[in-house]
Amino acid sequence: MWKWIQRQSSPKIFYQTCSNLTPWFFWPFIGFLVIGLYWALIVSPADYQQGDGYRIIFIHVPSAILSMMVYAIMAIAGGIGLIWQIKMAEVVAKVSAPIGAAFTIIALVSGAVWGKPMWGAWWVWDARLTSELILLFLYLAYMSLNNAFDNPRTAAKSSSILALVGLVNLPIIHYSVKWWNTLHQGYSVGTGGLKDPDMQIALALMFVASIFLYALLVAIKAKTEVLIREQNSRWVQEEVTGASI
Amino acid sequence: MTRRQNRMLLVALLLFGVFSTGYLGIKAFNENLLYFYTPTDIANGKAPVGKSFRVGGLVEKDSVQRQDMMVSFVVTDNNKSIEVKYTGILPDLFREGQGVVTSGSLTSKCIGKECKYTFLATDVLAKHDENYMPPEVAAALKSTEIKE
Repeated sequence: MWKWIQRQSSPKIFYQTCSNLTPWFFWPFIGFLVIGLYWALIVSPADYQQGDGYRIIFIHVPSAILSMMVYAIMAIAGGIGLIWQIKMAEVVAKVSAPIGAAFTIIALVSGAVWGKPMWGAWWVWDARLTSELILLFLYLAYMSLNNAFDNPRTAAKSSSILALVGLVNLPIIHYSVKWWNTLHQGYSVGTGGLKDPDMQIALALMFVASIFLYALLVAIKAKTEVLIREQNSRWVQEEVTGASI
Repeated sequence: MTRRQNRMLLVALLLFGVFSTGYLGIKAFNENLLYFYTPTDIANGKAPVGKSFRVGGLVEKDSVQRQDMMVSFVVTDNNKSIEVKYTGILPDLFREGQGVVTSGSLTSKCIGKECKYTFLATDVLAKHDENYMPPEVAAALKSTEIKE
């Protein structure tokens, strides 16, 4: 098992694995996205109060879940890099950060667009919205810290510690609507808040599509990162020039 | 202890420290993290009277009265309730029986020993609940509610 992991995490084999996996992430993503959008925009009925405006949930909720999930993956990969010194875990952590930040921005912006007509405000400083904004700042801090060092190992070490410290924010985001009175509503997912089965199916499809999108982006970005890190090695030069030297 | 175990221990200590700090911090600031107070909080004297704060709850059925741009309604948490007065435009989702969060300040009018509290709102936000359903389901739910 240990040997297998070590073999998989050699840069060359990791690069190969990412290349091989890319189509396995790309086509399911497209499939789930198309069916999911169809289910979300056409099959699902309108809401009894919000009309069609509620459909923003199909973007907002998957992005919000992914924003937290990607952070957890980033912190765990960073921790694995710290403890076991697996370089490819550092690569996964580093390339996850901008993707997670993008999901966070999508969740915040889609929420604001929904909030203006429904609540009457773009933004309020309640516990849920504020903790999600802090998550965005954590991603930005991670990225700038990671870019502040020339040596990728040093960069990974310090930014992984930051990522682990920021983990404390995840339960705060998740439980904020339960622990405190917030303007943001409580859980709709897993509590029977979505009363219509078509709404549930549409949300599930969009969620799976988002996971494949994340996996796809990681595979693509990790390849680039490996090439940069290993630019002096022989196999990279062969790979890039397409000829043996 | 090998170096790897050493690092494992350091990461575990780091996580333990951060999470306990977070836990204590949340406990300490619990009050400040409340976005709004409930009418019961006001009745129990927990709300910061004299300062501006927010009250949240459900708009009581048949309590909305309009007079030009002035609206008055009763906010309740099914235990205590308070009258709210507001001048301005209400959000789309403002409805009787629905959640609402208003910010403003508390005034009291005392006749003898009986004091009547009114909340003068400067801002009204609708609070949506976690339920999403098509109109037919909402109608079905409502009719079973009436039968009961």
